[in-house]
Amino acid sequence: MTDSKYFTTTKESALFPDVVNCMQTDNLELKKLVYLYLMNYAKSQPDMAIMAVNTFVKDCEDPNPLIRALAVRTMGCIRVDKITEYLCEPLRKCLKDEDPYVRKTAAVCVAKLHDINAQLVEDQGFLDTLKDLISDSNPMVVANAVAALSEIAESHPSSNLLDLNPQSINKLLTALNECTEWGQIFILDCLANYTPKDDREAQSICERVTPRLSHANSAVVLSAVKVLMKFMEMLSKDLDYYGTLLKKLAPPLVTLLSAEPELQYVALRNINLIVQKRPEILKHEMKVFFVKYNDPIYVKLEKLDIMIRLASQANIAQVLAELKEYATEVDVDFVRKAVRAIGRCAIKVEQSAERCVSTLLDLIQTKVNYVVQEAIVVIKDIFRKYPNKYESVIATLCENLDSLDEPEARAAMIWIVGEYAERIDNADELLESFLEGFHDESTQVQLQLLTAIVKLFLKKPTETQELVQQVLSLATQDSDNPDLRDRGYIYWRLLSTDPVAAKEVVLAEKPLISEETDLIEPTLLDELICYIGTLASVYHKPPSAFVEGGRGVVHKSLPPRTASSESTESPETAPAGAPSGEQPDVIPTQGDLLGDLLNLDLGPPVSGPPLATTSVQMGAVDLLGGGLDSLIGGPNFVAPPAAAVPANLGASMGSGLSDLFDLTSGVGTLSGSYVVPKAVWLPAMKAKGLEISGTFTRQVGSISMDLQLTNKALQVMTDFAIQFNRNSFGLAPAAPLQVHAPLSPNQTVEISLPLNTVGSVMKMEPLNNLQVAVKNNIDVFYFSTLYPLHILFVEDGKMDRQMFLATWKDIPNENEAQFQIRDCPLNAEAVSSRLQGSNIFTVAKRNVEAQDMLYQSLKLTNGIWVLAELRIQPGNPSFTLSLKCRAPEVSQHVYQAYETILKN
Amino acid sequence: VDAFRVNVIHARQQVRSPVTNIARTSFFHVKRSNIWLAAVTKQNVNAAMVFEFLYKMCDVMTAYFGKISEENIKNNFVLIYELLDEILDFGYPQNSETGALKTFITQQGIKSQHQTKEEQSQITSQVTGQIGWRREGIKYRRNELFLDVLESVNLLMSPQGQVLSAHVSGRVVMKSYLSGMPECKFGMNDKIVIEKQGKGTADETGKRSGKQSIAIDDCTFHQCVRLSKFDSERSISFIPPDGEFELMRYRTTKDIILPFRVIPLVREVGRTKLEVKVVIKSNFKPSLLAQKIEVRIPTPLNTSGVQVICMKGKAKYKASENAIVWKIKRMAGMKESQISAEIELLPTNDKKKWARPPISMNFEVPFAPSGLKVRYLKVFEPKLNYSDHDVIKWVRYIGRSGIYETRC
Repeated sequence: MTDSKYFTTTKESALFPDVVNCMQTDNLELKKLVYLYLMNYAKSQPDMAIMAVNTFVKDCEDPNPLIRALAVRTMGCIRVDKITEYLCEPLRKCLKDEDPYVRKTAAVCVAKLHDINAQLVEDQGFLDTLKDLISDSNPMVVANAVAALSEIAESHPSSNLLDLNPQSINKLLTALNECTEWGQIFILDCLANYTPKDDREAQSICERVTPRLSHANSAVVLSAVKVLMKFMEMLSKDLDYYGTLLKKLAPPLVTLLSAEPELQYVALRNINLIVQKRPEILKHEMKVFFVKYNDPIYVKLEKLDIMIRLASQANIAQVLAELKEYATEVDVDFVRKAVRAIGRCAIKVEQSAERCVSTLLDLIQTKVNYVVQEAIVVIKDIFRKYPNKYESVIATLCENLDSLDEPEARAAMIWIVGEYAERIDNADELLESFLEGFHDESTQVQLQLLTAIVKLFLKKPTETQELVQQVLSLATQDSDNPDLRDRGYIYWRLLSTDPVAAKEVVLAEKPLISEETDLIEPTLLDELICYIGTLASVYHKPPSAFVEGGRGVVHKSLPPRTASSESTESPETAPAGAPSGEQPDVIPTQGDLLGDLLNLDLGPPVSGPPLATTSVQMGAVDLLGGGLDSLIGGPNFVAPPAAAVPANLGASMGSGLSDLFDLTSGVGTLSGSYVVPKAVWLPAMKAKGLEISGTFTRQVGSISMDLQLTNKALQVMTDFAIQFNRNSFGLAPAAPLQVHAPLSPNQTVEISLPLNTVGSVMKMEPLNNLQVAVKNNIDVFYFSTLYPLHILFVEDGKMDRQMFLATWKDIPNENEAQFQIRDCPLNAEAVSSRLQGSNIFTVAKRNVEAQDMLYQSLKLTNGIWVLAELRIQPGNPSFTLSLKCRAPEVSQHVYQAYETILKN
Repeated sequence: VDAFRVNVIHARQQVRSPVTNIARTSFFHVKRSNIWLAAVTKQNVNAAMVFEFLYKMCDVMTAYFGKISEENIKNNFVLIYELLDEILDFGYPQNSETGALKTFITQQGIKSQHQTKEEQSQITSQVTGQIGWRREGIKYRRNELFLDVLESVNLLMSPQGQVLSAHVSGRVVMKSYLSGMPECKFGMNDKIVIEKQGKGTADETGKRSGKQSIAIDDCTFHQCVRLSKFDSERSISFIPPDGEFELMRYRTTKDIILPFRVIPLVREVGRTKLEVKVVIKSNFKPSLLAQKIEVRIPTPLNTSGVQVICMKGKAKYKASENAIVWKIKRMAGMKESQISAEIELLPTNDKKKWARPPISMNFEVPFAPSGLKVRYLKVFEPKLNYSDHDVIKWVRYIGRSGIYETRC
């Protein structure tokens, strides 16, 4: 008993032999402890651990099933390769043991073994044995076998391990009634991966799963909900059963809210998804989401979110009363969200707008600073939605002008002033007062101020000419921010060439603001519905976003509706929320879009330089509309098309805009990562007249190699092909090199060769060395080139702050490398926006002792994170860059990438 | 682990989420007084399951060594290892029923050779078997069972006396001391069941019981209850574990008897004085007595002094809790009581308004506010020869306050 304390210290591995001797004891308790010791220390002394094998093998044949199971369990936990070899025989025996307790332990052991050595498990045929166990008579054995198989299947997305068929499903459903709560969870989770053949089968499974909804364990309930939500996709909506099922789902979900707060949180996050998917389930249950005074803050915020989603004309009065109550609470975040929620209600339910506005005005009267600011931001949105309806409140808003200190609130206020300039007598004075501190404002406010003053000028040209000139010169001459400058130039040119056109552009009618915000994209939503109850549903992110890359993550999707397939053509029965009526929801509200455009320097890297806000919005919406139409038009309705749109939107908008921009001012585009100018890779002399020059680019997530082939020989060249040697990041051509026509002498072709990073990996020296072989009808030529590392920086390389901090601390100091970047004339803002263009993301910014510190993160295609700290001293053109990375060898190249990006 | 400690436990601000993702690793935590139970994963696991498991873990530990405290955990280090070994295997929860666990993990330590072979196989079959919660061969001289219907009433009322939300969450807790493998059947005045029977049998009974029947919104059962049977026939049948367990939980929202009504009156007299008057009315049969009544009236942070006058019970201003606590030991039904207080405030220049937390109330009443009644609990033991009549049954109803708040 006393040796227990040894487990907590690490030096005790010296006692290994003595402890192993104790293994043969008859005392069960002592045996357990010795086994525990082995689990912890076998790794440090693998040779010694072999000594224990004999005892394990002997124990596996002990008459006492508890000991047999214990031995198998422990052996699986010893992660020493040599031991695993000896483990196979006993394990095989135990899998067929007469005692269910041993069998269930052995089933889990297969999963453990698979984790250590997958090949071994397959070679030994354990997988088949495991499959047999699914038909075991004991429910717990079935459950564990299912759990083990699911885990193994997850790491092998291709192999068809769990080939579920109606018979095996039937067995699982029978076992479901009999096994423990945990077993039920495994089985339900596994059922959720199954796709029934038709609606009849789906219905019968649903019928047998519904009783689980009244289980006391909320994990069982959530897993059952997941199965039902998924299979409901397959049932046609006119079926009676569909309605009953919907009704049955509501009460258990509500009951989950009386569980412990942590479970409540998980449940609420999931309900949030369910409400987005099928709002009809909970539409009558608004009251249960009312916030209680002593709910933990995370529960409160989630409840609030769901309340807004459920708000409708029927319950709006109640909701508003509640929200008003919340707005007087103490927690700042919560209050802000409540105020914002009031605004959302106003936009969503038109009848309530009046009441919402008056509530907001009451709140502004409280003069609590953050409440006022938040209220102004939402009032701006309300103005957008209902123009010319509530101007009477403007006066009140103006009173609070001085107390606004957050950029968002200031920008909102300026927008309001600009928009209603003709009704505010002293609009010019107000705006002028903002202009005084123009350079101290954030970009968002600067841009908004510029637009507002131009609007004012167009409305009252006579009095404000001076003001406009002032702001335009401020924006174009004294500002370093390219967005601001460009917008300034555009206005300037518009105003000076064609004031009428300017009026049309700037004061154009604004498109309607949409009702729902923060909706999750339909495809992501569908995927998340498949993950109800799991972490993915708590984070509202697909698992690939937080699961370590090595394991292949299978993308799950809801099953298509197969039943009565003729009717699916009509929009009512179209699956997965694809009906065209809902499409506009995907578009962020105009307010958001506006915000995005204002924030372009922080926004996605693909967007082009901004135009006058209003016209951009119009263009964007048009583009989007067109894109949507063509997408919806496709006959393939299996995957809802809408999700593809945002990605395309970004790209097409970016390019469309930049085209436009090229015409007007001739400034180059910024889209995609920085591209190094082409360099000659293979001189003609060395390759019998073929000259190759090229560069690498990265655009919207794909890497390509842009090649220029010139024939300097006297004969025609044909039959081109390209191949890469193995390299450090697995770069490989994603398509064959296609030169369509033969290359005649002195002709040049430009080819863009798409690349991927799934090729085989070999570490090169230097790291970014790429050896290429090009073949044509004359010969094969070899050359090597260095690729800039930034083409490997992926788009989702932004870490959140917390994680950044933790990771930074986590990486040992010896992995830190420091570099100097000399002669770079940019300021912090410009640096971060330029780096962002190449997928180096600024996580945080700090100003220490008059130096700007930028904290940045980036991720390589192979999942390596690099964290950076960039120190910029205003006035000093040299920056200090500190890089931290688990693989320190990349630092040098990341630094080079920084340098190339910043200096060009 | 270190990252978790730094980022969550020692984080200055309030916990914003029970799940944290640090460097691609997710941490789940549950806090019991000052002990943090945390689970760690790198994969997309079932989050609800993890939390359920952490709670079960707490239950199991409490069952083994009482309160979860630092002391107890240190003392029972080995036991916890042993328990974890059994209830969790490679991250898969296995069996968390204390009843079953106690058969083979004991605090005294068992000698394996002393057990007969039958005993061993019996243990394993029980652990893995269909009825994992009860072992065979239990004998009692007196067959007894106790049923407790525990309800907590949750109420949120507006200052005007309008019910914003009210629901009862109830639990039926059973303590069984029965021999053998008894089959039990439990019946209550559930509306659906009674209506069903009402149609089948004579109209008269249907009418008579129909009045008292209640509508249960939703219920969940202990794992011993056969859910498929409940789903098809709405009958609750089960083989109970030995000792105490929670048979079912339910929730109702309709026709709730609110045992107390709180009528607050707050008046601000000038900037430095508040007058508070609170009336409570009991609303149940005069023959019944409510106990342990406690009304908590929150006061602003800048309170300097309080004077209270109350008709009944004792009232005190507790500065540390920022509240006036008014306690009444007993109160009969259909009565009324009143408290009035004058609160002196320190003048502050704090612009922020006082948030006015709601007035909360605690009490205990000897009836079920939802109106739930136990109609029968039948026991059948096919093998041993005792019948339903020989079992001594006790039923008790307790209604407690859950979150019983009135805004002011």
